[in-house]
Amino acid sequence: MAEKPKNPDKHSTYMPKEKKSSKPFHNTPMLDQLESGPWPSFVTGLKRMAMDNNMMVDLLGQLEHSYKTRLGYWKGGTVSVFGYGGGIIPRFTELMGADGKAMFPEAKEFHTLRVQPPAGNHYTTDMLRQLSNSWDKYGSGLIAFHGQTGNIMFIGTTSENTQHFFDEINEYGWDLGGAGPCVRTGMSCVGAARCEQSCANEHKIHRLLVNNFMDDMHRPALPYKFKFKVSGCPNDCMNSIHRADFAVIGTWRDDMKVDQKEVKAYVGRKGRKYVIDNVVGRCPTNALSLNDDDTLAVDNRNCVRCMHCINVMTKALSPGDDKGVSVLMGGKRTLKIGDTMGTVVVPFMKLDTDEDYEKLVEIAENTIDFFAENALEHERTGEMIERIGLVNFLEGVGIDVDPNMINFPRTSSYVRLDDWDVEAEKWNQRKAKAAG
Amino acid sequence: MAEQAKAAPRPPIESGCPDGFQYMHPLMIKNFGNWAYHDRPRPGVLHHVAKNGDEIWTVRVGTQRQLGPYEINLLCDIIDQFGEGYVRFTIRSNMEIMVSNADKVEPLIQAFNDAGYPVGGTGNSVTMISHTQGWLHCDIPGTDASGVVKALMDELYEEFTHERMPNRVHITTSCCQINCGGQGDIAINVQHTKPPKINHDLVANVCERPTVVARCPVAAIRPAIVNGKPSLEVDEKKCICCGACFPPCPPMQINDPEHTKLAIWVGGKHSNARSKPSFHKLVAAGIPNNPPRWPEAAAIVKNILRVYQEDALEWERVGDWVERIGWPRFFELTELPFTKYHIDNWTGSRYTLNASTHIRF
Repeated sequence: MAEKPKNPDKHSTYMPKEKKSSKPFHNTPMLDQLESGPWPSFVTGLKRMAMDNNMMVDLLGQLEHSYKTRLGYWKGGTVSVFGYGGGIIPRFTELMGADGKAMFPEAKEFHTLRVQPPAGNHYTTDMLRQLSNSWDKYGSGLIAFHGQTGNIMFIGTTSENTQHFFDEINEYGWDLGGAGPCVRTGMSCVGAARCEQSCANEHKIHRLLVNNFMDDMHRPALPYKFKFKVSGCPNDCMNSIHRADFAVIGTWRDDMKVDQKEVKAYVGRKGRKYVIDNVVGRCPTNALSLNDDDTLAVDNRNCVRCMHCINVMTKALSPGDDKGVSVLMGGKRTLKIGDTMGTVVVPFMKLDTDEDYEKLVEIAENTIDFFAENALEHERTGEMIERIGLVNFLEGVGIDVDPNMINFPRTSSYVRLDDWDVEAEKWNQRKAKAAG
Repeated sequence: MAEQAKAAPRPPIESGCPDGFQYMHPLMIKNFGNWAYHDRPRPGVLHHVAKNGDEIWTVRVGTQRQLGPYEINLLCDIIDQFGEGYVRFTIRSNMEIMVSNADKVEPLIQAFNDAGYPVGGTGNSVTMISHTQGWLHCDIPGTDASGVVKALMDELYEEFTHERMPNRVHITTSCCQINCGGQGDIAINVQHTKPPKINHDLVANVCERPTVVARCPVAAIRPAIVNGKPSLEVDEKKCICCGACFPPCPPMQINDPEHTKLAIWVGGKHSNARSKPSFHKLVAAGIPNNPPRWPEAAAIVKNILRVYQEDALEWERVGDWVERIGWPRFFELTELPFTKYHIDNWTGSRYTLNASTHIRF
């Protein structure tokens, strides 16, 4: 448990001596119980802000009321900045007293601005302070790093101040993210900036894709949301297969790299049993074998690039040199038809030249165009694919079928196969073309 | 129009996602795409070595995610004094502070700990719980998010600062069944148990009725005239209490102080490591939504973690572990009841049934 702070003025439990806000605090017995315990308390943080502004005094009042009644009291609305249609989550209180007026009037408008973070979520302390100062001037002071879509969430301001705050930070390089039926803020992992497992330039992919669709982000007009996420390797730290309509994941297609000297050193350090149980035995396709001389044999043709052995033996094993990306489409959570994961749409593509990157952007453009034309209202890409079938989708966006897209072929015979010969010929021609 | 008398509004600069290189640690710029390997000298610290021999250390710090000016300046003061002025955030709201010298690591950790911030969340620890907005800001929440996370992280503090789980544990929370918190090794999500209560006086004015009808996953909503007004009615036998009608139609209140419960799900995994990515599966429900510390939900999570820690093999995520030992053993070891509600009946659910004689006795 937390010990008594050595320097109480520089501590997560600090409370300013002087109260600058004019409104007295509401009683918050339930929230107060979240001030104890070792984890830094957001309630203490809210109270510090409430020492400074009345909006937070009343926000604490409404939050305590929610804790008591176990109900939420915010409703949406329409607030935006000049020139944009989205990017702000408007919140108006629904908690009215007997007189029909807001019970907590200073927090009756409590809007959030969603702001796009830099690719990889990098900041300098100077920039964090600058953003915090701007928000302290125009909003409650409360910032979440980051929301589940990846935005910096500037939580709590009035309709009028959304514009002032946006104008200020927009001048020094920050832009609103997505909210509503539009292209949403993207996410990318730390990737090549600090991770040896990175197989792609996540940073470049993220910015190239998302920044190509600024009109579709700032002026929501799609059937529903559309998310890009970029992970540098199949560990998928950005959760893109589950959570992105368009997931770009780094991978490689040549042999993985094995430093046999390091393998031997690792076996020497951890023992043969450990390596057999935790590396060889955990390979999902039995593609590994420990040789009698403590070197590692790899069946690269059957390696599915799952990353497990590379995660365990970080120094001895690494991805190959012929790097590129896989693209999966259609991941989303429950609403409305149940969960869908992304499906492989592009098994592998190189991202070396400008033309390669243009091709990726073109695939994204075709996908969003097709989505805009064909999805029903409030239908995600994954649901649209489920409804029309993967083949219709692929034909719509001009991508050829590939056996990497499936777990196994059709099991039901209830299907018409009229053009079988034509389709088989297409496959043969593609194969001949690939063979040169 | 008073607005027109003012200066013309400022047009936005549509700059989009900012370039991260302007805020990136110089060693990360220098070695972009040229890292060789990494190790973890201690919980909460990553050590990456570049192909040219350059080294960078990362200290991972747990935060309350919702930060104010005091916290931001306090954390930045520490980073400026003991670090090198560069910071990034992980997807689970942990701060990562990069330094170019091993000697800076311990003083940096000490400074964070002295300020009440835990260092950890790496490797096979229980890292920060991913959370949503809840009562603080959401328009449809069944519970709070920050409060659940704070209460649980207090309980799991030692698991954040140590690496003593079989593999990493990602816990998520969600305040409604849309499940913004995402998939988790363990997920604590709102589960409604009663159909929406409809305020028929408001529906006609507030809701676009065809949209609401279309939103229902089981076609349980139909237009109706109630008390002489156009409204909507719900076939309560068909209704699955998912709450999908509530966002487009707030007069269809789904949240209820008693009947909005919590459910716990396990075995979600985003990574492709070993097995393919998986969804989490229902293990416990009917758990009271009990602020401010949700003790019943916390007890079940801690129990699942204890059994996982005792029974799973190294490198097994929660889902990998249950896959190996089988679901009957999971319910036996955790002493959670197995009910008819665990058997899925949604579209495609036949693939979740055991069509084999693979049974552990």
